[in-house]
Amino acid sequence: MIQALLEYEFIRYSFISGVIAGLIAPLVGTFIVIRRLSLIADALSHVTLGGIAFGVYLSSIFTVTINPLITGIIFSIMGALGIERLRSVYKHYQELAIPIIMSLGIAIGIVFLSLADGFNQDLFGYLFGSISAVSINDLLLIAGIGLIVILFIFFLYKELFMVSFDEEYANVMNINKWIYVAFIIVVALVISASMRIVGILLVSALMTLPVASAMRITSSFKQLMIVSVIFGEIAVIAGLFLSFHLNISPGGTIVLVSILILLGTILLNRLGVSRNGSRAQEV
Amino acid sequence: MSEAIFELKNISYTYKDKLEHTPALKNINLKIDKGDFVALVGPNGSGKTTLIKLILGVMKLQKGEIYIKGDNHQKYASWQEIGYVSQKSNSFAKGFPASVSEVILSGLTKQKGLFKRFSRKDKKRLEEVLELLDIQDLKDKNISSLSGGQTQRVFIARALINRPSILVLDEPTVGIDNQHVKEFYDVLLKLKKQSVTILLVTHDIGVVVDHANEVACLNGHLHFHGTNHEFKNLGEAELSKIYGFPLQLVSHDHDRECCV
Repeated sequence: MIQALLEYEFIRYSFISGVIAGLIAPLVGTFIVIRRLSLIADALSHVTLGGIAFGVYLSSIFTVTINPLITGIIFSIMGALGIERLRSVYKHYQELAIPIIMSLGIAIGIVFLSLADGFNQDLFGYLFGSISAVSINDLLLIAGIGLIVILFIFFLYKELFMVSFDEEYANVMNINKWIYVAFIIVVALVISASMRIVGILLVSALMTLPVASAMRITSSFKQLMIVSVIFGEIAVIAGLFLSFHLNISPGGTIVLVSILILLGTILLNRLGVSRNGSRAQEV
Repeated sequence: MSEAIFELKNISYTYKDKLEHTPALKNINLKIDKGDFVALVGPNGSGKTTLIKLILGVMKLQKGEIYIKGDNHQKYASWQEIGYVSQKSNSFAKGFPASVSEVILSGLTKQKGLFKRFSRKDKKRLEEVLELLDIQDLKDKNISSLSGGQTQRVFIARALINRPSILVLDEPTVGIDNQHVKEFYDVLLKLKKQSVTILLVTHDIGVVVDHANEVACLNGHLHFHGTNHEFKNLGEAELSKIYGFPLQLVSHDHDRECCV
Protein backbone atom coordinates (compact mmCIF):
# COMPACT_ATOMS: atom_id res chain seq x y z
CA MET A 1 0.00 0.00 0.00
CA ILE A 2 2.94 2.34 0.70
CA GLN A 3 3.85 2.22 -2.96
CA ALA A 4 0.26 2.89 -3.92
CA LEU A 5 0.22 5.81 -1.48
CA LEU A 6 3.15 7.35 -3.31
CA GLU A 7 1.81 6.55 -6.74
CA TYR A 8 -1.92 7.27 -6.65
CA GLU A 9 -3.46 10.55 -5.61
CA PHE A 10 -6.82 9.08 -4.65
CA ILE A 11 -5.20 6.64 -2.21
CA ARG A 12 -3.33 9.56 -0.67
CA TYR A 13 -6.57 11.54 -0.31
CA SER A 14 -8.29 8.58 1.35
CA PHE A 15 -5.37 7.97 3.67
CA ILE A 16 -5.19 11.61 4.80
CA SER A 17 -8.96 11.82 5.34
CA GLY A 18 -8.78 8.55 7.25
CA VAL A 19 -6.09 9.95 9.54
CA ILE A 20 -8.18 13.09 10.13
CA ALA A 21 -11.26 10.98 10.92
CA GLY A 22 -9.19 8.76 13.24
CA LEU A 23 -8.26 11.89 15.17
CA ILE A 24 -11.50 13.85 15.39
CA ALA A 25 -14.01 11.00 15.73
CA PRO A 26 -12.60 9.59 19.02
CA LEU A 27 -11.84 13.13 20.26
CA VAL A 28 -15.49 14.17 20.01
CA GLY A 29 -16.51 10.59 20.84
CA THR A 30 -14.98 10.97 24.32
CA PHE A 31 -17.52 13.65 25.19
CA ILE A 32 -20.35 11.74 23.50
CA VAL A 33 -19.65 8.57 25.46
CA ILE A 34 -19.36 10.23 28.86
CA ARG A 35 -22.49 12.28 28.28
CA ARG A 36 -24.17 8.95 27.56
CA LEU A 37 -25.17 10.10 24.11
CA SER A 38 -23.50 7.26 22.20
CA LEU A 39 -26.59 6.60 20.13
CA ILE A 40 -26.77 10.19 18.92
CA ALA A 41 -23.92 9.49 16.53
CA ASP A 42 -25.96 6.64 15.07
CA ALA A 43 -29.07 8.78 14.68
CA LEU A 44 -27.15 11.59 13.03
CA SER A 45 -25.36 9.28 10.63
CA HIS A 46 -28.73 8.01 9.42
CA VAL A 47 -29.91 11.59 8.99
CA THR A 48 -26.74 12.21 6.97
CA LEU A 49 -27.79 9.30 4.78
CA GLY A 50 -31.09 11.12 4.19
CA GLY A 51 -29.13 14.22 3.22
CA ILE A 52 -26.90 12.30 0.85
CA ALA A 53 -29.89 10.65 -0.79
CA PHE A 54 -31.44 14.10 -1.16
CA GLY A 55 -28.21 15.33 -2.82
CA VAL A 56 -28.15 12.37 -5.18
CA TYR A 57 -31.82 13.00 -6.01
CA LEU A 58 -31.22 16.71 -6.71
CA SER A 59 -28.30 15.80 -8.97
CA SER A 60 -30.51 13.35 -10.84
CA ILE A 61 -33.29 15.86 -11.56
CA PHE A 62 -31.10 18.92 -12.23
CA THR A 63 -28.29 18.95 -14.68
CA VAL A 64 -25.80 20.40 -12.16
CA THR A 65 -23.92 17.97 -9.91
CA ILE A 66 -24.39 18.66 -6.21
CA ASN A 67 -21.80 17.18 -3.85
CA PRO A 68 -23.96 14.90 -1.64
CA LEU A 69 -21.48 15.49 1.19
CA ILE A 70 -22.74 19.08 1.43
CA THR A 71 -26.42 18.10 1.61
CA GLY A 72 -25.36 15.38 4.08
CA ILE A 73 -23.71 17.99 6.33
CA ILE A 74 -26.75 20.28 6.13
CA PHE A 75 -29.17 17.45 7.04
CA SER A 76 -26.89 16.25 9.80
CA ILE A 77 -26.77 19.71 11.40
CA MET A 78 -30.56 20.03 11.14
CA GLY A 79 -30.90 16.58 12.70
CA ALA A 80 -28.54 17.63 15.51
CA LEU A 81 -30.61 20.70 16.27
CA GLY A 82 -33.77 18.56 16.11
CA ILE A 83 -32.36 16.15 18.70
CA GLU A 84 -31.44 19.01 21.07
CA ARG A 85 -34.96 20.43 20.67
CA LEU A 86 -36.67 17.06 21.24
CA ARG A 87 -34.51 16.37 24.29
CA SER A 88 -36.02 19.42 25.97
CA VAL A 89 -39.55 18.40 24.89
CA TYR A 90 -39.19 14.90 26.44
CA LYS A 91 -37.35 15.93 29.60
CA HIS A 92 -37.79 12.60 31.37
CA TYR A 93 -37.33 10.44 28.29
CA GLN A 94 -34.51 12.29 26.58
CA GLU A 95 -33.33 9.19 24.69
CA LEU A 96 -36.65 9.20 22.77
CA ALA A 97 -35.21 12.00 20.63
CA ILE A 98 -32.73 9.52 19.14
CA PRO A 99 -35.08 6.92 17.59
CA ILE A 100 -37.38 9.70 16.37
CA ILE A 101 -34.62 11.48 14.46
CA MET A 102 -33.02 8.20 13.36
CA SER A 103 -36.20 6.85 11.79
CA LEU A 104 -36.84 10.22 10.17
CA GLY A 105 -33.35 10.07 8.62
CA ILE A 106 -33.84 6.56 7.25
CA ALA A 107 -37.32 7.43 5.97
CA ILE A 108 -36.02 10.49 4.10
CA GLY A 109 -33.15 8.37 2.78
CA ILE A 110 -35.47 5.67 1.43
CA VAL A 111 -37.87 8.17 -0.16
CA PHE A 112 -35.17 10.11 -2.03
CA LEU A 113 -33.22 7.01 -3.01
CA SER A 114 -36.35 5.53 -4.55
CA LEU A 115 -37.05 8.80 -6.34
CA ALA A 116 -33.44 8.97 -7.56
CA ASP A 117 -33.70 5.51 -9.06
CA GLY A 118 -32.35 3.33 -6.33
CA PHE A 119 -29.05 1.92 -5.29
CA ASN A 120 -25.93 2.82 -7.21
CA GLN A 121 -22.22 2.28 -6.79
CA ASP A 122 -21.72 5.68 -5.20
CA LEU A 123 -24.21 4.94 -2.49
CA PHE A 124 -22.48 1.70 -1.61
CA GLY A 125 -19.38 3.79 -0.87
CA TYR A 126 -21.35 6.15 1.36
CA LEU A 127 -22.88 3.28 3.31
CA PHE A 128 -19.78 1.17 3.91
CA GLY A 129 -16.90 3.53 3.24
CA SER A 130 -14.64 3.65 0.27
CA ILE A 131 -10.92 3.88 -0.30
CA SER A 132 -11.28 5.25 -3.81
CA ALA A 133 -14.09 7.77 -3.58
CA VAL A 134 -12.38 10.70 -1.83
CA SER A 135 -11.91 13.59 -4.24
CA ILE A 136 -9.68 16.60 -3.62
CA ASN A 137 -12.83 18.64 -2.85
CA ASP A 138 -13.93 16.05 -0.29
CA LEU A 139 -10.47 16.10 1.25
CA LEU A 140 -10.46 19.89 1.55
CA LEU A 141 -13.91 19.78 3.16
CA ILE A 142 -12.82 17.04 5.58
CA ALA A 143 -9.60 18.93 6.46
CA GLY A 144 -11.62 22.11 7.07
CA ILE A 145 -13.99 20.24 9.38
CA GLY A 146 -10.99 18.66 11.14
CA LEU A 147 -9.53 22.09 11.84
CA ILE A 148 -12.85 23.44 13.19
CA VAL A 149 -13.27 20.41 15.49
CA ILE A 150 -9.73 20.60 16.89
CA LEU A 151 -9.98 24.34 17.56
CA PHE A 152 -13.41 23.86 19.18
CA ILE A 153 -12.12 21.22 21.58
CA PHE A 154 -8.84 23.01 22.30
CA PHE A 155 -10.44 26.30 23.25
CA LEU A 156 -13.61 25.04 24.91
CA TYR A 157 -12.14 22.00 26.66
CA LYS A 158 -12.88 23.14 30.19
CA GLU A 159 -16.46 24.16 29.40
CA LEU A 160 -17.07 20.84 27.62
CA PHE A 161 -15.62 18.95 30.56
CA MET A 162 -17.83 20.88 32.96
CA VAL A 163 -21.10 20.32 31.10
CA SER A 164 -20.24 16.65 30.57
CA PHE A 165 -19.28 15.95 34.15
CA ASP A 166 -21.88 17.92 36.05
CA GLU A 167 -24.63 19.63 34.11
CA GLU A 168 -26.23 21.06 37.25
CA TYR A 169 -23.00 22.73 38.41
CA ALA A 170 -22.53 24.09 34.87
CA ASN A 171 -26.02 25.60 35.18
CA VAL A 172 -25.20 27.16 38.54
CA MET A 173 -22.00 28.62 37.09
CA ASN A 174 -24.14 29.92 34.21
CA ILE A 175 -21.99 28.29 31.54
CA ASN A 176 -23.27 29.41 28.15
CA LYS A 177 -26.08 27.23 26.86
CA TRP A 178 -24.89 27.58 23.26
CA ILE A 179 -22.08 25.15 24.09
CA TYR A 180 -24.62 22.31 23.94
CA VAL A 181 -25.84 23.37 20.51
CA ALA A 182 -22.31 24.04 19.24
CA PHE A 183 -21.23 20.61 20.47
CA ILE A 184 -23.99 18.74 18.69
CA ILE A 185 -23.25 20.66 15.47
CA VAL A 186 -19.60 19.62 15.83
CA VAL A 187 -20.76 16.00 16.20
CA ALA A 188 -22.74 16.37 12.98
CA LEU A 189 -19.65 17.76 11.22
CA VAL A 190 -17.46 14.90 12.46
CA ILE A 191 -19.96 12.35 11.17
CA SER A 192 -20.01 13.96 7.76
CA ALA A 193 -16.21 14.07 7.67
CA SER A 194 -15.70 10.47 8.80
CA MET A 195 -18.37 8.77 6.72
CA ARG A 196 -16.44 8.95 3.43
CA ILE A 197 -13.94 6.46 4.84
CA VAL A 198 -15.84 4.42 7.43
CA GLY A 199 -19.27 4.65 5.87
CA ILE A 200 -22.50 5.93 7.38
CA LEU A 201 -23.51 2.65 8.95
CA LEU A 202 -20.31 2.37 10.95
CA VAL A 203 -19.31 5.96 11.62
CA SER A 204 -20.61 5.86 15.18
CA ALA A 205 -18.31 2.90 15.84
CA LEU A 206 -15.26 5.06 15.15
CA MET A 207 -16.58 7.59 17.67
CA THR A 208 -17.39 5.16 20.44
CA LEU A 209 -15.27 1.98 20.19
CA PRO A 210 -11.84 3.62 20.71
CA VAL A 211 -13.28 5.46 23.75
CA ALA A 212 -14.85 2.30 25.13
CA SER A 213 -11.44 0.60 24.85
CA ALA A 214 -9.48 3.49 26.35
CA MET A 215 -11.88 3.73 29.31
CA ARG A 216 -10.68 0.34 30.50
CA ILE A 217 -7.08 1.41 31.00
CA THR A 218 -7.00 5.13 31.81
CA SER A 219 -7.58 7.06 35.01
CA SER A 220 -7.91 10.67 33.91
CA PHE A 221 -9.95 12.43 31.27
CA LYS A 222 -6.93 13.79 29.39
CA GLN A 223 -5.42 10.30 29.25
CA LEU A 224 -8.76 9.00 27.99
CA MET A 225 -8.77 11.48 25.10
CA ILE A 226 -5.16 10.77 24.12
CA VAL A 227 -5.48 6.98 24.30
CA SER A 228 -8.81 7.08 22.40
CA VAL A 229 -7.16 9.00 19.57
CA ILE A 230 -4.23 6.56 19.49
CA PHE A 231 -6.66 3.62 19.27
CA GLY A 232 -8.70 5.45 16.61
CA GLU A 233 -5.61 6.04 14.48
CA ILE A 234 -4.42 2.44 14.84
CA ALA A 235 -7.85 1.22 13.75
CA VAL A 236 -8.06 3.55 10.75
CA ILE A 237 -4.51 2.94 9.47
CA ALA A 238 -4.57 -0.83 10.00
CA GLY A 239 -8.13 -0.97 8.62
CA LEU A 240 -7.16 0.96 5.46
CA PHE A 241 -4.15 -1.33 4.86
CA LEU A 242 -6.31 -4.43 5.24
CA SER A 243 -9.03 -2.98 3.06
CA PHE A 244 -6.52 -2.11 0.32
CA HIS A 245 -4.88 -5.53 0.29
CA LEU A 246 -8.09 -7.53 0.57
CA ASN A 247 -9.88 -5.19 -1.82
CA ILE A 248 -12.92 -4.72 0.44
CA SER A 249 -14.73 -1.70 1.98
CA PRO A 250 -12.62 0.00 4.66
CA GLY A 251 -15.58 0.50 7.04
CA GLY A 252 -15.71 -3.16 7.95
CA THR A 253 -11.97 -3.61 8.47
CA ILE A 254 -11.60 -0.39 10.52
CA VAL A 255 -14.41 -1.41 12.86
CA LEU A 256 -13.12 -4.97 13.17
CA VAL A 257 -9.67 -3.67 14.17
CA SER A 258 -11.43 -1.42 16.75
CA ILE A 259 -13.25 -4.42 18.14
CA LEU A 260 -9.95 -6.33 18.40
CA ILE A 261 -8.44 -3.40 20.33
CA LEU A 262 -11.50 -3.41 22.61
CA LEU A 263 -11.13 -7.13 23.28
CA GLY A 264 -7.41 -6.58 23.94
CA THR A 265 -8.09 -3.88 26.55
CA ILE A 266 -10.76 -5.97 28.26
CA LEU A 267 -8.28 -8.84 28.42
CA LEU A 268 -5.54 -6.53 29.70
CA ASN A 269 -7.97 -5.29 32.32
CA ARG A 270 -8.79 -8.83 33.37
CA LEU A 271 -5.10 -9.62 33.65
CA GLY A 272 -4.88 -7.10 36.41
CA VAL A 273 -4.00 -3.72 34.97
CA SER A 274 -6.04 -1.65 37.36
CA ARG A 275 -7.76 1.51 36.21
CA ASN A 276 -6.01 3.42 38.94
CA GLY A 277 -2.90 1.38 39.13
CA SER A 278 0.51 2.73 38.41
CA ARG A 279 0.67 1.01 35.06
CA ALA A 280 -2.29 3.03 33.81
CA GLN A 281 -0.09 6.11 34.11
CA GLU A 282 2.34 4.66 31.61
CA VAL A 283 -0.26 4.39 28.87
CA MET B 1 -26.18 48.26 58.00
CA SER B 2 -24.59 45.12 56.61
CA GLU B 3 -24.86 44.21 52.95
CA ALA B 4 -27.59 41.70 52.02
CA ILE B 5 -26.19 38.79 50.01
CA PHE B 6 -29.44 36.91 49.45
CA GLU B 7 -32.85 38.50 49.72
CA LEU B 8 -35.88 36.31 49.10
CA LYS B 9 -39.28 37.94 48.78
CA ASN B 10 -42.55 35.99 48.82
CA ILE B 11 -41.14 32.84 47.23
CA SER B 12 -43.73 30.15 46.49
CA TYR B 13 -43.14 27.04 44.42
CA THR B 14 -45.44 24.21 43.38
CA TYR B 15 -44.33 21.01 41.66
CA LYS B 16 -46.74 20.57 38.80
CA ASP B 17 -47.45 17.12 37.47
CA LYS B 18 -50.20 16.12 35.06
CA LEU B 19 -52.24 14.68 37.88
CA GLU B 20 -51.38 16.63 40.96
CA HIS B 21 -49.95 19.90 42.14
CA THR B 22 -47.70 19.61 45.18
CA PRO B 23 -46.87 22.88 46.88
CA ALA B 24 -43.25 22.78 48.09
CA LEU B 25 -42.68 26.33 49.28
CA LYS B 26 -45.16 28.88 50.53
CA ASN B 27 -44.46 32.56 50.84
CA ILE B 28 -40.85 32.44 51.95
CA ASN B 29 -39.15 35.68 53.00
CA LEU B 30 -35.51 35.41 54.01
CA LYS B 31 -32.57 37.78 54.16
CA ILE B 32 -28.97 36.61 54.53
CA ASP B 33 -26.31 39.23 55.21
CA LYS B 34 -22.66 39.27 54.30
CA GLY B 35 -20.56 37.04 56.56
CA ASP B 36 -23.57 35.18 57.97
CA PHE B 37 -23.36 31.43 58.50
CA VAL B 38 -26.95 30.30 58.08
CA ALA B 39 -28.06 26.72 58.64
CA LEU B 40 -31.21 25.72 56.79
CA VAL B 41 -32.88 22.84 58.59
CA GLY B 42 -36.13 20.95 58.24
CA PRO B 43 -37.49 17.45 57.71
CA ASN B 44 -37.23 15.52 54.43
CA GLY B 45 -39.40 17.01 51.71
CA SER B 46 -39.59 20.39 53.45
CA GLY B 47 -38.38 22.27 50.37
CA LYS B 48 -34.76 22.97 51.41
CA THR B 49 -33.19 21.73 48.20
CA THR B 50 -35.95 23.36 46.13
CA LEU B 51 -35.18 26.68 47.78
CA ILE B 52 -31.45 26.31 47.13
CA LYS B 53 -32.06 25.46 43.48
CA LEU B 54 -34.33 28.46 43.05
CA ILE B 55 -31.71 30.74 44.58
CA LEU B 56 -29.02 29.34 42.30
CA GLY B 57 -31.22 29.66 39.21
CA VAL B 58 -31.15 25.92 38.46
CA MET B 59 -34.94 25.84 38.77
CA LYS B 60 -37.24 28.48 37.37
CA LEU B 61 -38.87 30.83 39.84
CA GLN B 62 -42.68 30.69 39.77
CA LYS B 63 -43.62 33.35 42.28
CA GLY B 64 -41.68 35.94 44.24
CA GLU B 65 -38.34 37.62 43.78
CA ILE B 66 -34.76 36.74 44.61
CA TYR B 67 -31.99 39.29 44.89
CA ILE B 68 -28.30 38.44 45.06
CA LYS B 69 -26.14 41.33 46.27
CA GLY B 70 -28.97 43.70 45.40
CA ASP B 71 -29.37 42.43 41.81
CA ASN B 72 -32.40 40.50 40.66
CA HIS B 73 -30.96 36.98 40.34
CA GLN B 74 -31.77 36.83 36.64
CA LYS B 75 -29.53 39.83 36.08
CA TYR B 76 -26.84 38.73 38.54
CA ALA B 77 -23.69 38.06 36.54
CA SER B 78 -20.99 37.05 39.04
CA TRP B 79 -21.94 33.40 39.52
CA GLN B 80 -18.27 32.52 39.85
CA GLU B 81 -18.37 34.13 43.34
CA ILE B 82 -20.61 31.28 44.48
CA GLY B 83 -19.30 27.88 45.51
CA TYR B 84 -21.88 25.09 45.51
CA VAL B 85 -21.93 21.51 46.71
CA SER B 86 -25.05 19.63 45.74
CA GLN B 87 -26.78 16.85 47.60
CA LYS B 88 -26.30 14.25 44.89
CA SER B 89 -22.78 15.18 43.85
CA ASN B 90 -21.29 11.78 44.37
CA SER B 91 -24.03 9.83 42.63
CA PHE B 92 -23.10 10.94 39.10
CA ALA B 93 -19.35 10.72 39.72
CA LYS B 94 -19.61 6.95 39.60
CA GLY B 95 -18.09 5.60 36.43
CA PHE B 96 -16.85 8.95 35.19
CA PRO B 97 -13.34 8.69 33.76
CA ALA B 98 -11.74 11.77 35.32
CA SER B 99 -9.04 12.32 37.92
CA VAL B 100 -9.64 14.15 41.20
CA SER B 101 -7.44 17.06 40.00
CA GLU B 102 -9.46 17.48 36.83
CA VAL B 103 -12.73 17.55 38.77
CA ILE B 104 -11.49 20.12 41.29
CA LEU B 105 -9.92 22.34 38.61
CA SER B 106 -13.24 22.39 36.75
CA GLY B 107 -14.52 24.63 39.58
CA LEU B 108 -12.46 27.43 37.99
CA THR B 109 -14.20 27.14 34.60
CA LYS B 110 -16.43 30.20 34.92
CA GLN B 111 -13.83 32.36 36.62
CA LYS B 112 -11.28 31.70 33.87
CA GLY B 113 -13.75 32.64 31.14
CA LEU B 114 -14.18 31.29 27.65
CA PHE B 115 -11.23 30.16 25.51
CA LYS B 116 -8.70 30.33 28.39
CA ARG B 117 -6.79 27.31 29.63
CA PHE B 118 -5.70 26.47 33.18
CA SER B 119 -2.39 28.11 34.18
CA ARG B 120 0.39 27.24 36.59
CA LYS B 121 -1.21 29.58 39.13
CA ASP B 122 -4.44 27.54 38.93
CA LYS B 123 -2.48 24.34 39.55
CA LYS B 124 -0.90 25.96 42.62
CA ARG B 125 -4.35 26.87 43.89
CA LEU B 126 -5.36 23.25 43.30
CA GLU B 127 -2.54 22.10 45.61
CA GLU B 128 -3.79 24.53 48.29
CA VAL B 129 -7.35 23.19 48.32
CA LEU B 130 -6.11 19.60 48.20
CA GLU B 131 -4.17 20.34 51.37
CA LEU B 132 -7.05 22.25 52.96
CA LEU B 133 -9.31 19.20 52.64
CA ASP B 134 -6.56 16.70 53.35
CA ILE B 135 -6.91 14.87 50.05
CA GLN B 136 -3.42 15.35 48.53
CA ASP B 137 -3.00 11.59 48.21
CA LEU B 138 -6.15 11.31 46.07
CA LYS B 139 -4.93 13.86 43.51
CA ASP B 140 -4.29 11.48 40.58
CA LYS B 141 -6.94 8.92 41.45
CA ASN B 142 -9.96 8.25 39.31
CA ILE B 143 -12.99 9.99 40.85
CA SER B 144 -15.15 6.89 40.49
CA SER B 145 -12.73 4.80 42.54
CA LEU B 146 -13.24 6.90 45.71
CA SER B 147 -15.53 6.20 48.63
CA GLY B 148 -18.65 8.35 49.15
CA GLY B 149 -16.99 10.46 51.83
CA GLN B 150 -13.82 11.01 49.80
CA THR B 151 -15.87 12.01 46.75
CA GLN B 152 -17.82 14.49 48.82
CA ARG B 153 -14.57 16.10 50.02
CA VAL B 154 -13.47 16.40 46.39
CA PHE B 155 -16.71 18.27 45.61
CA ILE B 156 -16.18 20.56 48.57
CA ALA B 157 -12.69 21.27 47.20
CA ARG B 158 -14.19 22.06 43.79
CA ALA B 159 -16.55 24.56 45.43
CA LEU B 160 -13.68 26.23 47.29
CA ILE B 161 -11.06 26.43 44.52
CA ASN B 162 -12.29 29.73 43.10
CA ARG B 163 -12.19 31.42 46.53
CA PRO B 164 -15.96 31.99 46.62
CA SER B 165 -17.36 34.82 48.73
CA ILE B 166 -20.63 32.90 48.99
CA LEU B 167 -20.91 29.17 49.74
CA VAL B 168 -24.10 27.19 49.23
CA LEU B 169 -23.87 23.67 50.62
CA ASP B 170 -26.65 21.10 50.37
CA GLU B 171 -25.96 18.38 52.94
CA PRO B 172 -22.24 18.37 52.15
CA THR B 173 -21.18 16.08 54.98
CA VAL B 174 -23.34 13.10 54.10
CA GLY B 175 -21.15 10.01 54.13
CA ILE B 176 -18.13 11.71 55.67
CA ASP B 177 -16.62 10.24 58.84
CA ASN B 178 -16.67 12.18 62.14
CA GLN B 179 -13.03 13.20 62.03
CA HIS B 180 -13.39 14.72 58.57
CA VAL B 181 -16.75 16.32 59.44
CA LYS B 182 -14.99 18.12 62.25
CA GLU B 183 -12.20 19.22 59.91
CA PHE B 184 -14.82 20.36 57.38
CA TYR B 185 -16.51 22.60 59.96
CA ASP B 186 -13.09 23.98 60.95
CA VAL B 187 -12.61 24.97 57.30
CA LEU B 188 -16.07 26.60 57.25
CA LEU B 189 -15.31 28.57 60.41
CA LYS B 190 -12.02 29.73 58.91
CA LEU B 191 -13.91 30.90 55.82
CA LYS B 192 -16.51 32.61 57.98
CA LYS B 193 -13.73 34.62 59.63
CA GLN B 194 -12.79 35.74 56.11
CA SER B 195 -16.37 37.09 55.74
CA VAL B 196 -17.50 34.32 53.42
CA THR B 197 -21.29 34.02 53.53
CA ILE B 198 -22.40 30.44 54.09
CA LEU B 199 -25.79 28.85 53.50
CA LEU B 200 -25.74 25.25 54.73
CA VAL B 201 -28.55 22.72 54.40
CA THR B 202 -28.15 19.99 56.98
CA HIS B 203 -29.88 17.49 59.22
CA ASP B 204 -27.08 17.65 61.75
CA ILE B 205 -28.78 20.05 64.15
CA GLY B 206 -26.30 19.40 66.95
CA VAL B 207 -23.38 20.65 64.89
CA VAL B 208 -25.40 23.50 63.46
CA VAL B 209 -26.28 25.10 66.76
CA ASP B 210 -22.60 25.12 67.69
CA HIS B 211 -21.20 26.51 64.44
CA ALA B 212 -23.83 28.49 62.55
CA ASN B 213 -24.78 31.92 63.82
CA GLU B 214 -28.25 31.80 62.32
CA VAL B 215 -30.75 29.01 61.85
CA ALA B 216 -33.71 28.92 59.44
CA CYS B 217 -36.31 26.17 59.86
CA LEU B 218 -38.25 25.24 56.78
CA ASN B 219 -41.23 23.00 56.32
CA GLY B 220 -43.08 24.41 53.36
CA HIS B 221 -43.29 27.66 55.30
CA LEU B 222 -40.36 29.36 56.98
CA HIS B 223 -41.26 28.46 60.56
CA PHE B 224 -38.34 30.07 62.27
CA HIS B 225 -35.41 32.31 61.43
CA GLY B 226 -33.18 33.58 64.20
CA THR B 227 -29.81 33.29 65.90
CA ASN B 228 -28.51 29.92 67.04
CA HIS B 229 -29.09 30.99 70.65
CA GLU B 230 -32.74 31.70 69.93
CA PHE B 231 -32.97 28.32 68.18
CA LYS B 232 -31.51 26.54 71.21
CA ASN B 233 -34.18 28.15 73.34
CA LEU B 234 -37.04 26.92 71.18
CA GLY B 235 -39.28 24.66 73.18
CA GLU B 236 -39.93 21.03 72.41
CA ALA B 237 -43.44 21.86 71.28
CA GLU B 238 -42.23 24.34 68.67
CA LEU B 239 -39.54 22.00 67.31
CA SER B 240 -42.02 19.15 67.08
CA LYS B 241 -44.41 21.43 65.19
CA ILE B 242 -41.73 22.16 62.59
CA TYR B 243 -40.65 18.57 62.15
CA GLY B 244 -44.09 17.04 62.47
CA PHE B 245 -42.95 14.52 65.07
CA PRO B 246 -41.74 14.69 68.71
CA LEU B 247 -38.26 16.17 68.94
CA GLN B 248 -36.01 17.63 71.57
CA LEU B 249 -32.50 19.01 71.75
CA VAL B 250 -30.37 17.11 74.22
CA SER B 251 -26.85 17.93 75.25
CA HIS B 252 -23.94 15.48 75.05
CA ASP B 253 -21.02 17.20 76.75
CA HIS B 254 -20.14 20.01 74.33
CA ASP B 255 -22.34 18.92 71.50
CA ARG B 256 -26.06 19.05 71.25
CA GLU B 257 -27.84 16.51 69.27
CA CYS B 258 -31.22 16.22 67.77
CA CYS B 259 -33.17 13.32 69.18
CA VAL B 260 -36.54 11.85 68.45
